[in-house]
Amino acid sequence: MGKLKTMEATRVLDVVQENQRMKSIYLDSPISASPGQFVMVWIPGMDEKPFSLSYCDGSKIGITVAAVGPFSKRLHEVKAGEMLWIRGPFGNGFRLEGENIAVIGGGCGVAPLAFLAEELVKNGRKVFFINGAKTKDELLFVERVRKAGVEPIICTDDGSEGRKGFATDTFAELLAREKVDCAYTCGPEIMMKKVVDLCLQNKIGCQASLERFMKCGFGVCGQCAVDGLLVCKDGPVFPISKLSKLKEFGSVRRNACGAEERI
Amino acid sequence: MVELGVELAGMHLANPLILASGVVGVSIWTLRRAVKGGAGAVTLKSIGPKPRAGHPNPTVLEWECGVINAVGLSNPGVEAGVKEVEEAVKSINAPVIASFFAEDAEGFGAVAERLALSKPAFLEANLSCPNVMREHGIPFAYEPESAAEAVRAIKRRVGSIPLIVKLSPNTHKLADVAKAVESAGANIINMGNTLGPGMVINLEARKPVLSNKTGGVSGPAIRPIAVRCVWDVYNAVKIPIIGTGGVSCGRDALEMIMAGATCVGIGSALREGGFNIFKKIASEMREWLDANNISSVKELVGVAHG
Repeated sequence: MGKLKTMEATRVLDVVQENQRMKSIYLDSPISASPGQFVMVWIPGMDEKPFSLSYCDGSKIGITVAAVGPFSKRLHEVKAGEMLWIRGPFGNGFRLEGENIAVIGGGCGVAPLAFLAEELVKNGRKVFFINGAKTKDELLFVERVRKAGVEPIICTDDGSEGRKGFATDTFAELLAREKVDCAYTCGPEIMMKKVVDLCLQNKIGCQASLERFMKCGFGVCGQCAVDGLLVCKDGPVFPISKLSKLKEFGSVRRNACGAEERI
Repeated sequence: MVELGVELAGMHLANPLILASGVVGVSIWTLRRAVKGGAGAVTLKSIGPKPRAGHPNPTVLEWECGVINAVGLSNPGVEAGVKEVEEAVKSINAPVIASFFAEDAEGFGAVAERLALSKPAFLEANLSCPNVMREHGIPFAYEPESAAEAVRAIKRRVGSIPLIVKLSPNTHKLADVAKAVESAGANIINMGNTLGPGMVINLEARKPVLSNKTGGVSGPAIRPIAVRCVWDVYNAVKIPIIGTGGVSCGRDALEMIMAGATCVGIGSALREGGFNIFKKIASEMREWLDANNISSVKELVGVAHG
């Protein structure tokens, strides 16, 4: 099924506690989307926010949410059988590029990447999956990636599970020992910037999924602009050819007023 | 070769198509991209006295025949705004229009004075936002006297930069408002802002979808009304008009011009056409003019009144 231009009431099928901070919410929706695309989720009377899809099989979709602000905390209270409202999917997802793929995810950024890894495996790609988190209780989709046939390389900032250190350090080591054609990344922007820099140094492809404050989702309000590109319509996934030229990537974002803030 | 260039209050525009305020005009980069996409001039998102977050989401939505929005004048405030306008003027290869708003007439004068320091090609007084009535009351553009008072306050402080006044289709006193702002010193009228306010209710939620409940309606659905408003204003005043409302192709733009517009604002059409919508509309205009043996678009301004 195509795109929902305006909000559609969608029933919650299942809620899964993924780790200490994150839950996946599965919704009864036949929309089709590729990994990296996002939906706007509306809770009437509260707010509407973008979430990249962590699951989509043509009959149901999933989003995976960390409880951080009032909206995501409310999402964590949602039970099976309740309704959420969605529109979308919007934007461009990850495009297949190269044969040997490194996937680098940090924290909540792993949400669309397990979905991506499943697609990559289906398409016969060799996948290295670096799954990073602050601590072991915040690791996401370790088993799911394993089930897809990829043994994740786990790293935590505090060393409570897997390698101790940042995902980017593990990625640099991976590049030194394996042939990688393209890296796909989603997570904190500082991490993604580092991944892009490593890919530039190593002259390999890269795609990163960016996040900005959004309003319309379809390219008219301009709120989500990074330089001249609109994250909602030109992105949220951008190729390295674009990322390497973006002055605001890794440095500047806009708040709800439209004022610039340092990242 | 068909000529699309026009003069607007003494300023030359390569073509009559202007990026409307509030549409992708949050950053200098996107404005630059609109010029690259063929815009003859670009308008920044309205700047007010103080930083404003605007309304919570949902703020902008598509519906079957257009867009409805209640962004609520989110902006970084005039302090940051002055710098943005300055940078825009320096780096954009087309006239830059600085749109602004305030809560009262004197406030309009004060913000205009600050923005004038950045030397935009035009100032545009947004007297017609339909989405902040709970805070700011009835928009200035609904009443001839309050509209004129705001224009006088601006003109007292800023004489040198041509002033565009953005009016509202949502008044039965449109001709009187247009005459009042003209005699108060407005140089150009932008006709105009979004229609309504309107409302979209989601049945399953049993609630209006916009957090502000109501919002300004734009897109193809409002074009006939916008054309009629331009017609009425053309009959009422001598100053040039920017016709804005639902234009998405060359024929739509020429219709606005025949109704009396010198320039044409483009907004919601970017959702389908992206930044290159300006080039597409301009080439469709050229084609029509060429097929009809008209050498300059200027010949068509107001011809429907003949």
